[in-house]
Amino acid sequence: MRWINTRPSNGARLALAALPFAAVLVAYTIGSAARLAENANDKLLPGLAGFADAINRLAFVADARTGDIVLWTDTLASLVRLFSGLGIATAIALVIGMLIGMLPYARSLLAPFVAAISMVPPLALLPILFIALGLGEVSKVALIVIGVAPVMVRDLSLFALSLPREQVIKAETLGGSSWQIALRVVLPQTLPRLITVLRLQLGPAWLFLIAAEAISADSGLGYRIFLVRRYLAMDVIFPYVVWITLIAVLTDWLLDRIRLAVFPWSASENKA
Amino acid sequence: MSALKIENVWKEYGDQIVLENVSLNVESRAFVALVGPSGCGKTTFLRMILGQEKPTRGTILLDGVPLPPEPGPDRGVVFQRYSVFPHLTVLGNVMLGKELKASPLSGKLFGAARKTAIEEARAMIAEVGLTGSEDKYPAQLSGGMQQRLALAQALIMRPKVLLLDEPFGALDPGIRHEIHLLMKRLWNETPMTVVMVTHDMREAFTLATRVIAFERPRDRPEEKLRYGATITRDIPIWPPRRAGAAA
Repeated sequence: MRWINTRPSNGARLALAALPFAAVLVAYTIGSAARLAENANDKLLPGLAGFADAINRLAFVADARTGDIVLWTDTLASLVRLFSGLGIATAIALVIGMLIGMLPYARSLLAPFVAAISMVPPLALLPILFIALGLGEVSKVALIVIGVAPVMVRDLSLFALSLPREQVIKAETLGGSSWQIALRVVLPQTLPRLITVLRLQLGPAWLFLIAAEAISADSGLGYRIFLVRRYLAMDVIFPYVVWITLIAVLTDWLLDRIRLAVFPWSASENKA
Repeated sequence: MSALKIENVWKEYGDQIVLENVSLNVESRAFVALVGPSGCGKTTFLRMILGQEKPTRGTILLDGVPLPPEPGPDRGVVFQRYSVFPHLTVLGNVMLGKELKASPLSGKLFGAARKTAIEEARAMIAEVGLTGSEDKYPAQLSGGMQQRLALAQALIMRPKVLLLDEPFGALDPGIRHEIHLLMKRLWNETPMTVVMVTHDMREAFTLATRVIAFERPRDRPEEKLRYGATITRDIPIWPPRRAGAAA
């Protein structure tokens, strides 16, 4: 049989999916053991026991000075920033994206502007945000919004534009006004795409969040990583990176579940 | 009443003349089939009646009144594809017209008004033979069922004119025959004029009361740009078919 026609069974699929993860883990363990054998105080590749110790210290034992459990306060602070930024960006993207996609006048007014804005490197704006908005939460949320909203607006406007012209004509022959067509025809079909584009922007959103926290914050996952970097505390940095990845993967998966649950028709659409 | 009067209509895209000097009177309740080779402008002609395109010159009158420059509920349409909304169930698709008409702000109906609309939609769904599929999404329906749904969705608005753009072109012969019978019955029972674009001569002569052929009288390569297509043949079907007579 040709390679393109051979398919793994369910068990084989699981095993194959687990393989790269296991390979990374094994490679790390071997590397760590080799370095620790040479120098028991090596900080670059701590052993699993080192991680367990650090995770226990950060996630389960309250900080002696503040009484907070560091990992949870960091996570909460970061997630509030992340989801505020993503929420605002999503709202902006939905409204402006649909306006550009549906109304030729709005398109003429806004599309070139959004296209130009989306080319501004958001990190280059970070100093401006810190100067103008201060070092507090607002500037961090603003960075996420500026970073992800233009891309989302462009994606959604392209999507709304790509809806078959026949659908809009059909809605007009059913007596729909512009507002009604937006509400009953374009919006419901744009929402699943909105969720997908939100998933695609999770990565960039985390990037901007951690960049902002690295420069100025007093809590947050990015803040902690850059704080302990000074002490070469790899036993803290690695678990934090894994934790961030886990949260991101889980959010991504959850958003897709929500899309399929709320918009069941969008599943069969994908296959067509 | 729903008579169409097309007077000296031209359609040009830039330098390209697509249709030239088309005049046509369609009596009320007629079933007109537009035939012709690909690219002869029969779909463009249909789109001008629909209001999707504007004639470059000339006027189109519906019952003596010039057509508004955009589509409206007096002219229903069924396209070959994308005629139904993928995010609505069969029932939702058929009800949509009712809901848009009755509720300008939310485009949705609630309570007793919704119940009445559902009943009317169910009757329409039964009319096109889709009973039992009310809760399915279009992607779960076959091509023939989707076109039946598109007909139900258009007809619940009771349009004066129903425009069909190669609606059955993608269907299997067996399915097509069934939907032809349905189309005949609907035309007989519903007070409307039908204009259908088709490339299938047999379909044209099976359904229509009148077959109109579009052609380019001058079709040499160097003439293509400057001479458009026009009506070259106008064939009434004999014996005449009358709407409302037994199909």
